[in-house]
Amino acid sequence: MNTSYNQNKQTKNKLIVTFAVSLLGAFLAVAAPLKEGDAFPDLNQFGLEGTVPDTRGKVVLVDFFASWCHPCQESFPAMQELYQKYSGQGLVIIAINVDKNKADMDEFLKTHPAGFVILRDASSKLVSQVKIPTMPSSFLLGRDGKIHAFHRGFKGDETRKQYAEEIEALLK
Amino acid sequence: MKTRCLLLLTLVAACGLLSGCVNVQPWERGNLADPAMTVSNPLGGSMSEHMWFSREAASGGRGVGGGGCGCN
Repeated sequence: MNTSYNQNKQTKNKLIVTFAVSLLGAFLAVAAPLKEGDAFPDLNQFGLEGTVPDTRGKVVLVDFFASWCHPCQESFPAMQELYQKYSGQGLVIIAINVDKNKADMDEFLKTHPAGFVILRDASSKLVSQVKIPTMPSSFLLGRDGKIHAFHRGFKGDETRKQYAEEIEALLK
Repeated sequence: MKTRCLLLLTLVAACGLLSGCVNVQPWERGNLADPAMTVSNPLGGSMSEHMWFSREAASGGRGVGGGGCGCN
Protein backbone atom coordinates (compact mmCIF):
# COMPACT_ATOMS: atom_id res chain seq x y z
CA MET A 1 0.00 0.00 0.00
CA ASN A 2 2.77 2.33 1.07
CA THR A 3 4.97 1.26 -1.89
CA SER A 4 2.16 1.96 -4.36
CA TYR A 5 1.67 5.41 -2.83
CA ASN A 6 5.41 6.16 -3.15
CA GLN A 7 5.47 4.98 -6.78
CA ASN A 8 2.49 7.19 -7.61
CA LYS A 9 4.18 10.12 -5.97
CA GLN A 10 7.41 9.49 -7.89
CA THR A 11 5.55 9.26 -11.21
CA LYS A 12 3.71 12.48 -10.39
CA ASN A 13 6.99 14.26 -9.56
CA LYS A 14 8.59 13.00 -12.78
CA LEU A 15 5.63 14.30 -14.79
CA ILE A 16 5.84 17.72 -13.14
CA VAL A 17 9.61 17.94 -13.78
CA THR A 18 9.17 16.86 -17.44
CA PHE A 19 6.42 19.43 -17.93
CA ALA A 20 8.49 22.20 -16.33
CA VAL A 21 11.58 21.34 -18.40
CA SER A 22 9.64 21.25 -21.68
CA LEU A 23 7.92 24.54 -20.80
CA LEU A 24 11.31 26.15 -20.11
CA GLY A 25 12.73 24.70 -23.34
CA ALA A 26 9.80 26.03 -25.36
CA PHE A 27 10.16 29.45 -23.73
CA LEU A 28 13.89 29.60 -24.44
CA ALA A 29 13.37 28.45 -28.02
CA VAL A 30 10.84 31.22 -28.63
CA ALA A 31 12.55 33.97 -26.62
CA ALA A 32 16.15 33.46 -27.75
CA PRO A 33 17.10 36.58 -29.72
CA LEU A 34 19.51 36.53 -32.64
CA LYS A 35 23.08 37.34 -31.78
CA GLU A 36 26.31 38.05 -33.60
CA GLY A 37 27.59 34.96 -35.38
CA ASP A 38 24.09 33.51 -35.91
CA ALA A 39 22.81 32.95 -39.42
CA PHE A 40 20.06 35.41 -40.34
CA PRO A 41 16.77 33.68 -41.32
CA ASP A 42 16.10 33.11 -45.03
CA LEU A 43 13.91 36.05 -46.09
CA ASN A 44 12.15 33.89 -48.69
CA GLN A 45 10.40 31.90 -45.99
CA PHE A 46 8.23 34.65 -44.52
CA GLY A 47 5.92 35.66 -47.37
CA LEU A 48 7.31 39.20 -47.48
CA GLU A 49 5.71 41.62 -49.93
CA GLY A 50 8.18 42.70 -52.61
CA THR A 51 10.99 40.91 -54.38
CA VAL A 52 13.66 39.42 -52.15
CA PRO A 53 17.03 40.01 -53.83
CA ASP A 54 19.75 37.41 -54.22
CA THR A 55 22.17 38.18 -51.41
CA ARG A 56 24.58 35.26 -51.79
CA GLY A 57 28.15 36.44 -51.32
CA LYS A 58 27.04 39.99 -50.55
CA VAL A 59 27.31 42.19 -47.50
CA VAL A 60 23.72 42.88 -46.42
CA LEU A 61 22.20 45.53 -44.18
CA VAL A 62 18.73 44.44 -43.03
CA ASP A 63 16.82 47.29 -41.43
CA PHE A 64 13.39 47.15 -39.79
CA PHE A 65 11.42 50.40 -40.08
CA ALA A 66 7.95 51.88 -39.66
CA SER A 67 6.39 55.13 -40.85
CA TRP A 68 5.49 56.21 -37.29
CA CYS A 69 9.05 55.81 -36.00
CA HIS A 70 10.96 59.11 -36.04
CA PRO A 71 14.51 57.68 -35.85
CA CYS A 72 13.58 55.57 -38.91
CA GLN A 73 12.94 58.80 -40.80
CA GLU A 74 16.45 59.95 -39.88
CA SER A 75 18.00 56.63 -40.82
CA PHE A 76 16.72 56.61 -44.41
CA PRO A 77 18.97 59.39 -45.80
CA ALA A 78 21.94 57.70 -44.10
CA MET A 79 21.10 54.35 -45.66
CA GLN A 80 20.60 56.00 -49.05
CA GLU A 81 24.12 57.47 -48.76
CA LEU A 82 25.55 54.07 -47.87
CA TYR A 83 23.69 52.50 -50.77
CA GLN A 84 25.07 55.06 -53.22
CA LYS A 85 28.59 54.70 -51.88
CA TYR A 86 28.92 50.94 -51.44
CA SER A 87 26.32 49.16 -53.61
CA GLY A 88 28.85 48.93 -56.44
CA GLN A 89 31.25 47.12 -54.11
CA GLY A 90 28.77 44.43 -53.04
CA LEU A 91 26.51 45.98 -50.41
CA VAL A 92 22.80 45.19 -50.46
CA ILE A 93 20.43 47.18 -48.24
CA ILE A 94 17.05 45.66 -47.44
CA ALA A 95 14.60 47.79 -45.47
CA ILE A 96 11.69 45.83 -44.07
CA ASN A 97 8.52 47.73 -43.25
CA VAL A 98 6.35 46.65 -40.32
CA ASP A 99 3.45 49.13 -40.72
CA LYS A 100 -0.04 47.71 -40.38
CA ASN A 101 -1.26 49.66 -43.41
CA LYS A 102 0.60 49.64 -46.71
CA ALA A 103 -0.67 53.18 -47.41
CA ASP A 104 1.36 54.46 -44.42
CA MET A 105 4.52 52.90 -45.86
CA ASP A 106 3.81 54.36 -49.32
CA GLU A 107 3.32 57.80 -47.80
CA PHE A 108 6.59 57.44 -45.88
CA LEU A 109 8.48 56.42 -49.01
CA LYS A 110 7.16 59.47 -50.88
CA THR A 111 8.90 61.76 -48.41
CA HIS A 112 11.88 59.45 -47.81
CA PRO A 113 12.77 58.07 -51.23
CA ALA A 114 15.04 55.03 -51.25
CA GLY A 115 17.01 53.41 -54.04
CA PHE A 116 17.57 50.25 -52.02
CA VAL A 117 15.24 47.26 -51.61
CA ILE A 118 12.02 47.75 -49.66
CA LEU A 119 10.07 44.73 -48.43
CA ARG A 120 6.96 44.60 -46.27
CA ASP A 121 6.39 42.15 -43.43
CA ALA A 122 2.59 42.48 -43.49
CA SER A 123 2.00 39.35 -41.42
CA SER A 124 4.75 40.27 -38.89
CA LYS A 125 6.09 36.71 -39.24
CA LEU A 126 9.70 37.73 -39.73
CA VAL A 127 9.77 40.47 -37.11
CA SER A 128 8.13 38.13 -34.59
CA GLN A 129 10.85 35.56 -35.16
CA VAL A 130 13.72 38.03 -35.11
CA LYS A 131 12.22 39.77 -32.06
CA ILE A 132 13.77 43.18 -32.51
CA PRO A 133 14.04 45.07 -29.21
CA THR A 134 13.32 48.54 -30.58
CA MET A 135 12.46 50.51 -33.70
CA PRO A 136 14.47 50.82 -35.84
CA SER A 137 16.78 47.83 -35.55
CA SER A 138 19.27 46.66 -38.11
CA PHE A 139 21.47 43.66 -38.73
CA LEU A 140 24.65 43.79 -40.75
CA LEU A 141 25.37 40.46 -42.40
CA GLY A 142 28.70 39.40 -43.83
CA ARG A 143 29.24 37.63 -47.12
CA ASP A 144 28.74 34.34 -45.25
CA GLY A 145 25.14 35.33 -44.34
CA LYS A 146 25.98 35.53 -40.65
CA ILE A 147 25.24 38.45 -38.37
CA HIS A 148 28.34 40.59 -37.87
CA ALA A 149 26.76 43.57 -36.15
CA PHE A 150 23.45 44.56 -34.64
CA HIS A 151 22.28 48.16 -34.30
CA ARG A 152 19.63 48.98 -31.78
CA GLY A 153 17.95 52.23 -32.84
CA PHE A 154 19.47 54.95 -34.98
CA LYS A 155 21.58 57.52 -33.14
CA GLY A 156 22.41 59.96 -35.93
CA ASP A 157 26.06 60.49 -36.82
CA GLU A 158 27.25 57.90 -34.31
CA THR A 159 25.33 55.07 -36.05
CA ARG A 160 26.16 56.51 -39.47
CA LYS A 161 29.89 56.30 -38.67
CA GLN A 162 29.59 52.80 -37.24
CA TYR A 163 27.74 51.60 -40.35
CA ALA A 164 30.45 52.97 -42.65
CA GLU A 165 33.31 51.45 -40.62
CA GLU A 166 31.67 48.03 -40.33
CA ILE A 167 30.61 47.91 -43.99
CA GLU A 168 34.09 48.91 -45.19
CA ALA A 169 35.65 46.20 -43.03
CA LEU A 170 33.25 43.56 -44.37
CA LEU A 171 33.67 44.59 -47.99
CA LYS A 172 37.46 44.20 -47.88
CA MET B 1 -11.15 20.95 1.01
CA LYS B 2 -12.38 24.48 1.50
CA THR B 3 -8.83 25.85 1.10
CA ARG B 4 -8.34 23.84 -2.10
CA CYS B 5 -11.57 25.20 -3.57
CA LEU B 6 -10.51 28.72 -2.67
CA LEU B 7 -7.07 28.19 -4.20
CA LEU B 8 -8.60 26.80 -7.39
CA LEU B 9 -11.02 29.70 -7.58
CA THR B 10 -8.16 32.19 -7.11
CA LEU B 11 -6.14 30.47 -9.84
CA VAL B 12 -9.08 30.52 -12.26
CA ALA B 13 -9.73 34.21 -11.48
CA ALA B 14 -6.01 35.04 -11.91
CA CYS B 15 -5.92 33.22 -15.26
CA GLY B 16 -8.95 35.18 -16.42
CA LEU B 17 -7.55 38.52 -15.31
CA LEU B 18 -3.94 37.98 -16.41
CA SER B 19 -4.98 36.97 -19.92
CA GLY B 20 -5.82 40.65 -20.42
CA CYS B 21 -2.18 41.67 -19.89
CA VAL B 22 -0.18 41.84 -23.09
CA ASN B 23 3.31 43.00 -23.87
CA VAL B 24 3.08 45.44 -26.79
CA GLN B 25 5.98 44.60 -29.05
CA PRO B 26 8.20 47.42 -30.41
CA TRP B 27 6.89 46.88 -33.95
CA GLU B 28 3.26 47.12 -32.79
CA ARG B 29 3.51 50.56 -31.22
CA GLY B 30 2.22 52.57 -34.17
CA ASN B 31 -0.93 53.65 -32.33
CA LEU B 32 1.00 54.54 -29.19
CA ALA B 33 3.37 56.69 -31.25
CA ASP B 34 0.48 58.80 -32.57
CA PRO B 35 0.77 62.44 -31.40
CA ALA B 36 -2.83 62.15 -30.16
CA MET B 37 -1.51 59.76 -27.49
CA THR B 38 0.63 62.43 -25.83
CA VAL B 39 -0.62 63.71 -22.50
CA SER B 40 -0.92 67.40 -23.35
CA ASN B 41 -2.30 68.95 -26.53
CA PRO B 42 0.24 70.95 -28.61
CA LEU B 43 -1.50 74.36 -28.32
CA GLY B 44 -2.23 74.22 -24.60
CA GLY B 45 1.23 72.81 -24.00
CA SER B 46 3.01 75.63 -25.78
CA MET B 47 0.92 78.25 -23.93
CA SER B 48 1.64 76.82 -20.52
CA GLU B 49 5.30 76.39 -21.51
CA HIS B 50 5.42 80.10 -22.43
CA MET B 51 3.93 81.10 -19.08
CA TRP B 52 6.25 78.75 -17.25
CA PHE B 53 9.30 80.19 -18.99
CA SER B 54 8.18 83.81 -18.34
CA ARG B 55 7.68 83.13 -14.67
CA GLU B 56 10.54 80.79 -13.87
CA ALA B 57 13.15 81.61 -16.55
CA ALA B 58 13.31 77.88 -17.22
CA SER B 59 11.71 75.57 -19.72
CA GLY B 60 11.26 71.89 -20.48
CA GLY B 61 11.17 68.98 -18.11
CA ARG B 62 7.53 68.21 -18.80
CA GLY B 63 6.80 64.54 -19.31
CA VAL B 64 8.52 62.44 -21.94
CA GLY B 65 9.06 62.86 -25.66
CA GLY B 66 6.84 61.00 -28.10
CA GLY B 67 3.85 58.85 -27.46
CA GLY B 68 5.59 55.79 -26.10
CA CYS B 69 6.59 54.19 -29.37
CA GLY B 70 9.73 52.80 -27.80
CA CYS B 71 11.85 54.20 -30.61
CA ASN B 72 15.52 54.13 -29.75
